[in-house]
Amino acid sequence: MSVRATARLRAEPDGRGSTALPLLESAGPLALRRTRSPLPEHARVTVVGAMSAPLNGDRLAIEAEAADGARLTVDAAAATVALPGPSTDTGSSTYAIHVNVGEGATLYWLPEQLVSSHGSDLHQTTRIELAPTARLLLREEQILGRHGEPTGALTTRLTVHRAGRPLLDQQLAYGPGAPGGWDGPAVLGGHRAVGQLFLADPSFEDAPLPARLLGPTAALTPLAGPAVLVTAVAADARLLREILDGALHELLDGLKADTGNS
Amino acid sequence: MSRAALLVLADGRFPAGGHAHSGGAEPAVTQGRIRDADDLAAFCRGRLHTAGLTAAALAAAAAHGLDPLALDEAADARTPSPALRATARKLGRQMMRAARATWPSPELDALATARPRGAHQPVVLGLTARTAGLGPEDAAHCVAYETVSGPATAVVRLLSLDPFHATAVLARLAPELDEVAAQAAEAARHGIDALPAASAPLLDITAEAHAAWPVRLFAS
Amino acid sequence: MHLGHTHDGPAAVSADATRPDGTRRALRIGLGGPVGSGKTATVAALCRELRDRLSIAVVTNDIYTREDAEFLLRNAVLPPERIQGVETGACPHTAIRDDISANLEAVEDLEEAVGPLDLILVESGGDNLTATFSKGLVDAQVFVIDVAGGDDIPRKGGPGVTTADLLVINKTDLAPHVGSDLQRMARDAKEQRGELPVLFTSLTSAEGVGPVADWVRVQLAAWTA
Repeated sequence: MSVRATARLRAEPDGRGSTALPLLESAGPLALRRTRSPLPEHARVTVVGAMSAPLNGDRLAIEAEAADGARLTVDAAAATVALPGPSTDTGSSTYAIHVNVGEGATLYWLPEQLVSSHGSDLHQTTRIELAPTARLLLREEQILGRHGEPTGALTTRLTVHRAGRPLLDQQLAYGPGAPGGWDGPAVLGGHRAVGQLFLADPSFEDAPLPARLLGPTAALTPLAGPAVLVTAVAADARLLREILDGALHELLDGLKADTGNS
Repeated sequence: MSRAALLVLADGRFPAGGHAHSGGAEPAVTQGRIRDADDLAAFCRGRLHTAGLTAAALAAAAAHGLDPLALDEAADARTPSPALRATARKLGRQMMRAARATWPSPELDALATARPRGAHQPVVLGLTARTAGLGPEDAAHCVAYETVSGPATAVVRLLSLDPFHATAVLARLAPELDEVAAQAAEAARHGIDALPAASAPLLDITAEAHAAWPVRLFAS
Repeated sequence: MHLGHTHDGPAAVSADATRPDGTRRALRIGLGGPVGSGKTATVAALCRELRDRLSIAVVTNDIYTREDAEFLLRNAVLPPERIQGVETGACPHTAIRDDISANLEAVEDLEEAVGPLDLILVESGGDNLTATFSKGLVDAQVFVIDVAGGDDIPRKGGPGVTTADLLVINKTDLAPHVGSDLQRMARDAKEQRGELPVLFTSLTSAEGVGPVADWVRVQLAAWTA
């Protein structure tokens, strides 16, 4: 009954100043569509139809590559909602995202929220390999429960390597079965929306951004390598998105001002 | 291996600088998220299973003999807050000073030479445990306990909380401390890539806020 | 057990009298005493008096973050890179006596940044009458009290008053105004301290911190001899 599906895509320069998609392979509930990019150099892929997946027991994966010099945006048509599924004995679901960004390549990985609905049990892993000159902008948002319901069980792990060395490794665990204290004053403090915005850019090597608070529950922090992470918690998805959008526009504008292009 | 060596290393009076740090409890108290012993318990439990597990595993791995410099890099990747990275290195440097005076060893000297401004504290502690003849799970226990005893001591000072209540909080966490230590030691057996990276968003965010306060009682 | 021998590599421990390269390190003098007795003012006056001839740095141990360090900075007694504040988690006496690791690190950082230094003054935040410096941190300690804090402090004793290498009784100019009996303080101090020296100072007088500075010079001569 449960689904095993791996969607794949690969972007590479088309030789005419833009980016081609030689591989674009949908699978199961993960339908990939090429959509019109507002950024002329970027190819854009939109994940559609993940609205009712994964169900407990599903094994979903996306493998994506932005080859050397490619410029790619991946986004989504709607939030991903982890659901319990029809039977109770199916175990947890997994959603594995594996991304490679090559030399001089740029990837914007901007999916919609991941919503952990009551009774669901999802382990999401995002593993990213960056070439030394790769740029990556990535957003992750976890929403604990749909409106007014208790959260499901959710673990996420975001691991980023740059040139084979660890750059960021973060694991979050919430909901039933998570170790104690996840809702308490050290971890979420009762907030129901958690988000990360990650930007790796070689220009940070020479000009790292200073750490800065983005309000009482969000901070922009430079990592030990050339990257920044925005960490935010908020009462709900909308408030979280406001914080991350503000940070996103500021970061991209800052880079435009620095490099004279996008 | 000497069980008493573990007591020396885990003693809150071990002179390695910990007394000046609240483990994130000071901002939590100021923001009203810790008001009593129950809040302290919830705070400690959350910190134990996130930052505590991650740090305990790094210490266990160092005690196990994994490359301390690679572990130091892994610790950086697990610490997005520059304020917390600075704190970890500062405490690591202080731990190193105490360790080299207490259990001198070429391994400690080598790490001190490679990281004169300090390696991450759990890595130094793990290597110290190794030098003292202790095992990975001992090192993990030590770090796990520090993760909760630091905030508990700080909250006694910050809120004038009854010290008996604070100590009772720690005692009630004992089974979970054992679990975290065992989990950390088990992970350490499987190499650096298997080490947990559990994190606590509020600890990271409030550490940055706290570092910018002009007046505070604790260094972190 | 580490007194007087050198360790390999960086970060020599505790009271090693030499730097890692074998040269004799700076003399470290601790200044402690109750709140408001004039420790920071004494440190400031000592810096002004001695800075032309000696390479000096100051480590402060504050109850709150950096307030004493900032007083010294505002008064520009030394360039900012020669002043470092240690955060003590509300317990300066712990940071100067029981767990001196942060202070030793500050000393090391100052040597590295502006060394070689002749003299490092380590000031404790105003704490209590029992606060004393570890011998692993300082080579000599000064305990500063003042006449306005009550003329019975020397009689009450306590480790600071009794064992400090120098007892400074400050603000003698205030004695007539607060009804303190200087003779009695001198007598009581003698009783508690035997042959250990006691100096009366008024930083506002012409003589100012002079006697304390002279005592420091003697210590320094003995240290470098």
